[in-house]
Amino acid sequence: MRETMSRNGLLDRLKSGEILISDGATGTYLQARGLEPGGCPEEWNASHPEVVRGMAADYFAAGSDAVETNSFGGSPFMLKKYGHADRVEELNRLAARHARSAAPPGRYVIGSVGPTGEFLEPVGPVSVEEMYEGFVRQVTALAEGGADAICAETMTALDEACLVVRATKERTGLVAVATMTFDKGPRGNFTMMGVTPEDAVRGLLDAGADVVGANCGNGILYMVEISAEMRRVTDAPILIHANAGIPAIRKGQIIYPEAPDWMGPHYRALVDAGATFVGGCCGTTPDHIRAIVKALRG
Amino acid sequence: MPIVNEGIQQEIDKYVTRPEEKEKFTAWFSEVSPLMQDIAYALIKGKQHDVSRLVRQALDEGVEAHDALDDGLISGMGIVGVKFRDNIIFVPEVLVAARAMKAGMAHIEPILSAAGIEPVGKVIMGTVKGDLHDIGKNLCIMMLRGSGFEVIDLGVDTKSDQFIAAVEEHSARIVGMSALLTTTMPNMGKTIQAFIDAGLRDDVKIMVGGAPVTQEFADEMGADGYGKDALACVAKAKEFIAELGVAVEA
Repeated sequence: MRETMSRNGLLDRLKSGEILISDGATGTYLQARGLEPGGCPEEWNASHPEVVRGMAADYFAAGSDAVETNSFGGSPFMLKKYGHADRVEELNRLAARHARSAAPPGRYVIGSVGPTGEFLEPVGPVSVEEMYEGFVRQVTALAEGGADAICAETMTALDEACLVVRATKERTGLVAVATMTFDKGPRGNFTMMGVTPEDAVRGLLDAGADVVGANCGNGILYMVEISAEMRRVTDAPILIHANAGIPAIRKGQIIYPEAPDWMGPHYRALVDAGATFVGGCCGTTPDHIRAIVKALRG
Repeated sequence: MPIVNEGIQQEIDKYVTRPEEKEKFTAWFSEVSPLMQDIAYALIKGKQHDVSRLVRQALDEGVEAHDALDDGLISGMGIVGVKFRDNIIFVPEVLVAARAMKAGMAHIEPILSAAGIEPVGKVIMGTVKGDLHDIGKNLCIMMLRGSGFEVIDLGVDTKSDQFIAAVEEHSARIVGMSALLTTTMPNMGKTIQAFIDAGLRDDVKIMVGGAPVTQEFADEMGADGYGKDALACVAKAKEFIAELGVAVEA
């Protein structure tokens, strides 16, 4: 009963125009705590549960209304590359459970679903049915573990993102969120597969998404632009997860240049540009979330 | 000969906007046969069965394999490359065009191999250790092969010693490394150091690429070149061949 109310609460609050704050990065957080570059983050749900739970706790403590689960690469296609194809249900369920166990009352757990890394027919070898069934396995496990919503993120192919949305609505009834990754090119903003922010909004809403948006690829200033472009064509809630800038190498170390104190205040511009659900992607930390909370809630 | 394939004419009119490129493609296509223009247009449109059929027809009519490659396939890929660079088309369209290219190459490759025709150059390509992303690398490989290079694809998660072994096994002079994860980019530097340690650094030209890679990073790591997309990768590889040729002569 409480879970159902939570889920309804999330969408109602977003639809009422309330500004909610999401969390920061998962990958860079885990890497800072020993995850090998190129290692399988989802496997840590089983082998390092206290770190994964601790990550959710850190973000909630920093002020996040919602955290994302450590399941970005949890599709069968991605897990297969690490030899964990038979652990889809286990690792996704655990991902949601860890976040849920750290969640204070009234806060939300968002099941993260990243790209499969495969191209759909006819461009590639994977059928719609196969990809859809793969997402069904993932989203149902996330729902079982306690997720309130599913977020298809870092998507570049509209058809793939729509499959996640459909699997979510058809098999779990959870809130369906979908965000895509855009690059600025000579002719405007497109995903790698040629999708504009406007195409994304229309296509995702058509497929049944409750919340649309953008994540990754660029820092906060660029995201303000993307948010405005999306807000021009919809009244739906918009989720934006901005990187802490574009990563750079300084003296052999990788750094994300957009620091919390610099990035935080720009979130006011992001909200003014139409974003209603905001957080951070690669390179952002609990300190970034604290800065965002300060900028938006004083 | 004027350009008789209306599709090709429209491609040049609408999509090749830089004056020097418009001139180059117009001149090129004016000089190739109508059949070659048809092959190029079918490739641009990603019609793999048409490309296959037309290339077969050309070879049966006595067109030299190398001419079919240059005049029909590589010329078509040239326009695909311009459109991709200028954001007119994106990854799906390039992949589909590359598939059409491959369909044409299936008829041409055996003839070139049998005749002992040397490739333009040999390139070892791989995504670095710890990184499983390969879309960019694969696009570059298709464009390189489409430009006459022989490419040995080491796949993903490629360690330094695998790059070195491949260079030695194939007597390749060019190495291309790709990374999508920022966290695996340092492995490019490690591989370059491995080549230095093995005393092979001066024998090869090393180029790097991938979404988070920059010219600045490439310079810092000691790479010979950086390309921001598949088109730039091919251009850099051709530059290397020219440099290596000069070096050999000197």
